[in-house]
Amino acid sequence: MRAPRLIWIFFRINVLSELAYRANFFLQLFESLLDLGTALAGLAIIFSYTNNLGGWRPDEVVALVGVFFLVGGAIRLVIQPSMERLIEAVHEGTLDFTLTKPVDAQFLVSIQRVEIWKFADMVLGAGVLVVALSRLGTRVGGAQAAAFAAALVVGGIIVYSFWLILATLSFWFVRVENILMIFQSMYEAGRWPVSLYPRWLRFGLTFLVPVAFATTVPAQALIGRLTWRTLLGTSALAGLFLVSSRLFWRAGIRRYSGASS
Amino acid sequence: MKGLADIYAQQFKTTLASFLQYRAAISIWMIGHVLEPLIFLVVWSAVSQSRGNNIGGFAAGDFAAYFIAMMLVNHATYTWIMYEFDHRVRQGSLSFALLRPLHPIHTDIVDNISSKLITLPMMLGAAGILALVFKPAFHIVPWAAAAFVPALFLAFLLRFLIEWTLALSAFWITRVSAVNQGYYIAALFLAGQVAPLALLPSPVRVAASILPFRWMISFPVELLMGRLTPVQALAGLAAQAGWLVLAFVLLRIVWRAGVKIYSAVGA
Repeated sequence: MRAPRLIWIFFRINVLSELAYRANFFLQLFESLLDLGTALAGLAIIFSYTNNLGGWRPDEVVALVGVFFLVGGAIRLVIQPSMERLIEAVHEGTLDFTLTKPVDAQFLVSIQRVEIWKFADMVLGAGVLVVALSRLGTRVGGAQAAAFAAALVVGGIIVYSFWLILATLSFWFVRVENILMIFQSMYEAGRWPVSLYPRWLRFGLTFLVPVAFATTVPAQALIGRLTWRTLLGTSALAGLFLVSSRLFWRAGIRRYSGASS
Repeated sequence: MKGLADIYAQQFKTTLASFLQYRAAISIWMIGHVLEPLIFLVVWSAVSQSRGNNIGGFAAGDFAAYFIAMMLVNHATYTWIMYEFDHRVRQGSLSFALLRPLHPIHTDIVDNISSKLITLPMMLGAAGILALVFKPAFHIVPWAAAAFVPALFLAFLLRFLIEWTLALSAFWITRVSAVNQGYYIAALFLAGQVAPLALLPSPVRVAASILPFRWMISFPVELLMGRLTPVQALAGLAAQAGWLVLAFVLLRIVWRAGVKIYSAVGA
């Protein structure tokens, strides 16, 4: 069981190096609070005119915003910084050091950087989620909680695989930092139920840039709107994503020629 | 004045050539510019549908027209200087700009306009597609459409000067991201990007008109929507001009003070 120990070590190194800049924590918290406040203020304006947004009630959309922050925080916590570091390493040839280590390189590059202060987003998101659920008054049963956890894991796998595929492109193309921006821009659309969007955009947000699986699907699971069929389909898709990103990564590694060439 | 025109012409030539190299990257940055108004357009259309297609005088087609116009005006006036200036100060690259016998704001203006010339076809294409999909109801009033041209020009200048001045806060603050975010959020609500100002609570509306935000982005859009009276339009142009003078004075004061304490970190 080397994997959890490695994750723990990388996490600790990142925490230690970041603890030198403690003021960053308050800065991050301030920015996260601003961000959350903006989202909630926007909802307040919209729900001052209606109490039904594409079939979603106000507190259900607030729960979705909670999931949006929770998942977005997780992405910015480890996936995004690690993938950015990977692209840098391919550029500069420092990936050599990772490849020579006796651990799976994909695993190492995926956990190499943790931006610990992004935990703030996750904590705030979870808080919003809890408040929204308690206001909804529906008791979240064991089945729903399990479905939510499953949807989060499956959505996380899809998002991770997607980022890995984008970052792996750096073995072929020189400037892919900008391609990463595609996901960041599109993720903003995940604040709202995807059912709101016109069909073509919904398709894009589901299958081209899989934002829907990261936010709408887990939120649906929590408020009891997710069918088992959707969850199973999403899991199958996650498996497909994981395998193809792995194959793509291996192809990329074969292409990699190192620092000295 | 002739000298400055020559410099601008030369700058345009080189900047356009160098930006054209990065047209793919610049296009990716545009995704957000299209997506954000698109999201609000979709959301407000849904709201309007749930309430008999009329929210404070806006039907779904009006929201479509509003947010498509907002997308174009926002794109025409936006700057990225607040995100860049902090870099210049911390890495010391501002030192080179200071050595040149020309105020650095001029190259920034050229950079800004060049990038917009390159992205203009894309933005117009996006606007065209959105227009086909969402069927906007534009009620163009000829005189207001004519007033739109100077209003857009003033809005561009005003937003440029204000954001350039705010960017100078990097001289005093090492971490400007909080300032940037605070400003960005204020602009989101007060400049009518989240919703037409007419739909916001009246304290917000008043703040938007007193502060420069409405005059930087929302006002040209309102003109295009044809919902302003001639008096309101004239008052708006006057407000733009007044803020422009103020912003210009502010910029000069802050710039002088900033350059004085600039120590070229890392140089």
